[in-house]
Amino acid sequence: MQELLDRDTFVGVRVKDDERLARTELRRQIGRLERDLIHLAGEAFPRLAIDTTVPAAAQGPRLIGLGELERVRDALASRVAMAREALAEREELEVANRELLERMLAEPAEFKWVQISRADLGEPGCGHWHSRPRLGLLGMLMGWWRVRISSGCPLSGRLAAVEQATAG
Amino acid sequence: MSGARAAGADPAWASPSQLGWVAPHVASEFPGLGITWIEVDGRRRRSSNQVRRRLRDVSDRFFGSQAIHMRERPIPWAYRVFFRQIGLDPDRTRTPIEQLALERLQEGAFLSRGTPTDALTIATIETGVALRAFDAERLEGKLCIRDSAPGETLPGRSRELAQGTLTVADERTPVSLLFGEAAESCEVGKGTRRMAVAAVQVNGVPQVAADEALWIAAAAIEAS
Repeated sequence: MQELLDRDTFVGVRVKDDERLARTELRRQIGRLERDLIHLAGEAFPRLAIDTTVPAAAQGPRLIGLGELERVRDALASRVAMAREALAEREELEVANRELLERMLAEPAEFKWVQISRADLGEPGCGHWHSRPRLGLLGMLMGWWRVRISSGCPLSGRLAAVEQATAG
Repeated sequence: MSGARAAGADPAWASPSQLGWVAPHVASEFPGLGITWIEVDGRRRRSSNQVRRRLRDVSDRFFGSQAIHMRERPIPWAYRVFFRQIGLDPDRTRTPIEQLALERLQEGAFLSRGTPTDALTIATIETGVALRAFDAERLEGKLCIRDSAPGETLPGRSRELAQGTLTVADERTPVSLLFGEAAESCEVGKGTRRMAVAAVQVNGVPQVAADEALWIAAAAIEAS
């Protein structure tokens, strides 16, 4: 036991002060990147699934060396960059869909049979907007188009309401 | 533990929590790493109705979206970061609270698995702190966190620990991996009469959270 207490280095890892500082800095960076990644994953949920996995640097819990810490840091940085890119693309798509919906609501006949779901706009629930002819075939022939709004599945709305009320 | 005394709880487990030590070379690499434990009389058995009701209450308050956003809270995040820092991927080797959250989503509830598992589940979900339970009578002296020496194994397990593996140990031998399997001889079993519940703290987990987790777990074991 005393031997373990007295040991000031890990077996197989020669600790120098500058290396220790470098490891401390890398651990700090890993912490910051992990926070960014988790925040992005939370922001994207449930619209987009962000992959937060980074290959493990060791088989079990252990002090990992500089090289392994760097690999973890780099992999995390890459995941964060990919997550930001995916989220930005998704937001662009949602903005475009919102503009499309506005145009569709203004001119339903210009967007025949187009259907935009709440998920396409990044909103919760399973409702949708659908450009359809009024009175079926007659409306199609006469050009009477309108946008029908589906309020979606009532059960999911109720569950979401309960969840929000409990969280609040 | 002041919380336990303030609650006027049974002195059998309301003894102060004990601070373990961390090997100096490990502490210098991981400031904030620590272990605190408390001993409580208890046996492995079916949980009482009171504990199972509490487990159901915790279960009913836990939703899918919380499992996602839970990782943004400071304590679960601190464990994720620590897992990365010790070479584990928290999305494969899950942190204790994330493992429980996953089981809750897969099984639809926190299913009762008896004492002390239910007690640790309640305390971990309420506080986010990682807890372990050992047979207190099989431990020798203070608990600590240290790296394994060459040739060491977990008692009762045949596989030799890789050098430098971070373990929870007593004054004689490692009793479990820091996060992972435990020595067979130190696990809570049929013959256990007294348990040691240990909280592993990492940087970002305040002492008050560890104390609260131990208090909740000890109270639940006492109520079983």
